[in-house]
Amino acid sequence: MSISATDFNFVRDLALTKAAIVLEPGKEYLVESRLTPIARQIGVQDASALVQRLRRGGEAQLQAQVVDALTTNETSWFRDRHPFDALGKFMIPELVEARRATRTISIWSAACSSGQEPYSIAMTLLDVPALAGWNIRITATDLSAEMLARAREGHFSQLEINRGLPATHLVRHFERAGTGWRVNEQLRRMVTFEPHNLLNAPPLGGPFDIVFIRNVLIYFSPATKSEVLAKVRRALRPDGFVVLGGAETSLGIDDQLVRTEIARSSVYRLKR
Amino acid sequence: MHALVVDDSRAMRSILTRILGEAGFDTVSQAGDGQEALDLLAASSGLPDIALVDWNMPVMDGLTFVSECRSNPEYRRMTLMMVTTESEQGQIVRALAAGAHEYVIKPFTADAIVDKLEILGITATQV
Ligand SMILES: C[S@@+](CC[C@H](N)C(=O)[O-])C[C@H]1O[C@@H](n2cnc3c(N)ncnc32)[C@H](O)[C@@H]1O
Repeated sequence: MSISATDFNFVRDLALTKAAIVLEPGKEYLVESRLTPIARQIGVQDASALVQRLRRGGEAQLQAQVVDALTTNETSWFRDRHPFDALGKFMIPELVEARRATRTISIWSAACSSGQEPYSIAMTLLDVPALAGWNIRITATDLSAEMLARAREGHFSQLEINRGLPATHLVRHFERAGTGWRVNEQLRRMVTFEPHNLLNAPPLGGPFDIVFIRNVLIYFSPATKSEVLAKVRRALRPDGFVVLGGAETSLGIDDQLVRTEIARSSVYRLKR
Repeated sequence: MHALVVDDSRAMRSILTRILGEAGFDTVSQAGDGQEALDLLAASSGLPDIALVDWNMPVMDGLTFVSECRSNPEYRRMTLMMVTTESEQGQIVRALAAGAHEYVIKPFTADAIVDKLEILGITATQV
């Protein structure tokens, strides 16, 4: 049975108010397929019954679980490659000069999903000899408690490992764990995972020299995109960098962030 | 673009051949073991851009094939990628030390192969 229009609208409002996620009409199938496993888990008949239960209110945890299920967590190692080339070859060398006095670099990986992005950032930094002895802080955040738990655990299946992780990095930074792999202590210690909603004030650990906020703005309305980018800007050091996803831009959304062409990636800096 | 698939399983050879075809390779040659692959290379004029190599095969295994290729200067430009069920860290290290450029553990998805080709900077007509 497909969920009714009223049920869909209820879920759509929930996604919009809790996570700023825009579910277009026609995504009923998505809502249903994401809600059905939760319905089963709590022992109600189907997605509609689950929505009934949410309607009655007072179930914050169930509500969070549903919002969680509506997010798309697709990610991979060194996703799109170019941003990580830009990081290692351009952004970091510039910061190594600019931060000589403090020898500290703070990076925020916003909407980090299961952790591939912040760990890819960490691996990239470990390949820069000039950073030896520096104080590196990578703060990785996501709305989804489930994703954060997985990211913190640092355990990845063979299928996940195969998605874009170079074999040299695998043998250097991971250890075999059961049928999968686990990030090693060195990498794990470089990243701090925190729950965070992009609609709220930026997380602790700022101001940041670099913010990766990739493949999440696409789910938001134009107004929310502006709001989120304005918050990101305020958490950024004046000479910092913002990295967006390949299909994302600040154009027409935030005129204070201007694109700089670096290694074919979407890197933005504050307008001067 | 030309690829060589070295695997003793006919099913695996055809899966990889299909993935490579979809990734834009015009020619995909196949061999059932390392020796057959070496014979094929010796007999053909052009060198494949990449070889996808299984580890456990009769006659000559993949690790030996990789070492043989690395000891022949004529084959230096050919990229070597292991595609195997061997999944111990030590084995991956051995394969890389022998001269393999990349390593994919079975089972894999088509995306995984395409991702690795991208890492290696091997992009065929697509993209
Ligand atoms: C497609 S993943 C992107 C992962 C990674 N940044 C990448 O580019 O591969 C999108 C992530 O955004 C998170 N997300 C969605 N809405 C959010 C919000 N309002 N605040 C924080 N994170 C959110 C989801 O939980 C999901 O993990």
